[in-house]
Amino acid sequence: MIWTSLSDFLDMGGYGFYVWGSYLVFLICIAGEIILVSNRKRTLLKHLSLIHQSTKQEKRNETSS
Amino acid sequence: MAINWFKYSSPASFYFLAGKMIPFFSIAAVILCLAGLYIGFFVAPTDFQQGEAYRIIFIHVPAAWMSMFLYVVMAMWSGIGLAFNTRLSSMVATAIAPTGAMFTFLALWTGALWGKPMWGTWWVWDARLTSELILLFLYIGFMSLQAAIDDPRRADKAGAMIALVGVVNVPIIYFSVKWWNTLHQGASVSLTQSPKMATTMLTGMLIMSLACWMYAIAMVLIRTRAVILERERHTAWVGELQGAA
Repeated sequence: MIWTSLSDFLDMGGYGFYVWGSYLVFLICIAGEIILVSNRKRTLLKHLSLIHQSTKQEKRNETSS
Repeated sequence: MAINWFKYSSPASFYFLAGKMIPFFSIAAVILCLAGLYIGFFVAPTDFQQGEAYRIIFIHVPAAWMSMFLYVVMAMWSGIGLAFNTRLSSMVATAIAPTGAMFTFLALWTGALWGKPMWGTWWVWDARLTSELILLFLYIGFMSLQAAIDDPRRADKAGAMIALVGVVNVPIIYFSVKWWNTLHQGASVSLTQSPKMATTMLTGMLIMSLACWMYAIAMVLIRTRAVILERERHTAWVGELQGAA
């Protein structure tokens, strides 16, 4: 085992700021990209289903009148 | 058995194929990432020169590799889209750009945080660093140019020009450490020489690279699906998709 304790692990031999600063930003970027892409998909699907419903509605109006 | 590969060059069939592939790549990315980080932090020994600071390598090198690979793949699909006028190829190129830009930013960021304790500076205008920064600008240029043009097919063609011209930068980045005297160290992995680092370090780095590959493929597939829906929203099959949902 390389690390004797959790604080030893977090300290990274005095380079904790640089190592965790890299890994933290890496994590933030990946998480951010996943959130952005899933939001894009969700708003798109919502938008598409609105279009679909309005065309359905129009068709119904056409047949009833 | 002959497989009709051209079937999947239609956005509609690719949409469903990609949907089936995404879970596999996502799961592979998570498993490989966990394995890579475990090796990186608990198996790989402390570096005799750089102490624990070298552990940035497990994300720095994969991010830098991905930034270059993804650019080449993006330029290739752009070129195919331009040459054969295939819509799907250009959509894939559009979908690759943000992920590529993210990896380029991460390569620069982790490099700065590694440079500070090792070289004593966050940034130098050295060949490797400068050419990598140009790569980031190329990705941003590609994305902004496509976003600025309303007609998607024209945007594809304009973007393809940037992508194809910019591809000359990739070998410059790769060979910069050989061609010029740089502060940046030479290639970590070379085909002609045996690895200079401990096997466990190399294994951790390669597993993390594979994880980044799987992540990038999953991300590109997801984004390509979104681009397909956006561009094909007026077609019958997208309408049916909504009817079924």
